[in-house]
Amino acid sequence: MSRSALLVLADGRFPAGGHAHSGGAEAAVRAGRITDAAGLESFCRGRLHTTGLTSAALAAGAAHGLDPHGLDAAADARTPSPALRDAARRLGRQLMRAARATWPCPELDALAAAFPRGAHQPVVLGAAARAAGLGPEDAAHCVAYETVGGPATAVVRLLGLDPYQATAVLARLAPEMDRVAERAAAAARQGVDALPAASAPLLDITAEQHAAWPVRLFAS
Amino acid sequence: MSLRATARITADADGGLPLLVGDGPLALRRTRAQGPYTRVTVVGAMSAPLGGDRLAIEAEVRDGARLLVDAAAATLALPGRSTEPAAYDVRISVGEEGVLRWLPEQLVSVHGSELRMRTTVELAATARLVLREEQILGRHGEPSGTLVTRLTVRRAGRPLLDQELAFGPGAPGGWDGGAVLGGHRATGQLLVVDPAFAVKPVDARPIGEHAVVTPLAGPAALVTAVAPDALVLRRLLDAALADLAPC
Repeated sequence: MSRSALLVLADGRFPAGGHAHSGGAEAAVRAGRITDAAGLESFCRGRLHTTGLTSAALAAGAAHGLDPHGLDAAADARTPSPALRDAARRLGRQLMRAARATWPCPELDALAAAFPRGAHQPVVLGAAARAAGLGPEDAAHCVAYETVGGPATAVVRLLGLDPYQATAVLARLAPEMDRVAERAAAAARQGVDALPAASAPLLDITAEQHAAWPVRLFAS
Repeated sequence: MSLRATARITADADGGLPLLVGDGPLALRRTRAQGPYTRVTVVGAMSAPLGGDRLAIEAEVRDGARLLVDAAAATLALPGRSTEPAAYDVRISVGEEGVLRWLPEQLVSVHGSELRMRTTVELAATARLVLREEQILGRHGEPSGTLVTRLTVRRAGRPLLDQELAFGPGAPGGWDGGAVLGGHRATGQLLVVDPAFAVKPVDARPIGEHAVVTPLAGPAALVTAVAPDALVLRRLLDAALADLAPC
């Protein structure tokens, strides 16, 4: 694997549109469930061990070379919220555009052709990691990090939270991100039927409410 | 002493129950039919499962059969002498044109208990299903036990819904935080699968502040709810049930 390729893919400046999404943090801030760094940490920890693990395993599966159709169907079954399914496909489409320009290869072309509306973002991320010469753990690490990095950045903007404190939250979660990525990659090696399905009721409930707000800062 | 028990139900299109076999704490009774449904009530699961127990219910709804399964009481996951977690497996299959209403009582995770519950459902393409699950974290005023529940539903061989919930002291961190439960002590799901949703899916809509109805990627609607307690949760899910799948 190339450590530098991993940094390129995981970089928040990689033009894949993720910055427009708060990962449910905007709704949690509005509901008063995140008011400070401690609330952010507990939100991020819960997201990491639920949707983070599930998405990381989907990405690891794609990086491992599992059939993307099976992975995409597994992602649909693990995403009961249509607002989140739409967001995942939109992000998948944006990431695909960036990945094909960055690491052009027939496998990405085939995936793009098979999913004109966009595949779920973790599936595309895993395929992009594969195209970049990265492995399942790398893809899982990318997803684990973005699962908590997205809400942390969003909360800095939404609450005016001290960015040093937000970054300290990410650093404290680093050992758990490593464990989630390891678990995700190990599951992905067992095939699509062994993928985890950890889910978070409040994220599913609030995603639909958030999608109906007339004015919002983030897309999800 | 931990126990192993498997109860079995098979329902036929003529309203008969060729197989109705309780086992250990899982006693089954044929009770008064409700509308077109043959009805089976699970009685006596009150004192189980204890740590180390391995319980299972297998229900087969054959082509064209209509079955309602309910329960006489809530299921309490209790601590046992064993340090092993308890396991409770529910395995359901519904054949072509078959209908199953699976409406058990709440699952209460008692302080100090550890239970892994796994529900797997295989549906034929024309099968219909109404399935309710309610997880209550602790009896009144006590902390939760450890509860891991997985619900996997496949329809015509394809995944329709796959969800795992993990709460309590043995669960990964953050389960009580703002992304997962936000301090709520009860959560539940109501799944309605009906081929008619392929033509006319439900609209995603909130039910109050802490519940939502969503159309799945297949012909199904899922209600996801969190609530402060079992009573409020049941009220939410009952209203959704009357709306989405009246008898």
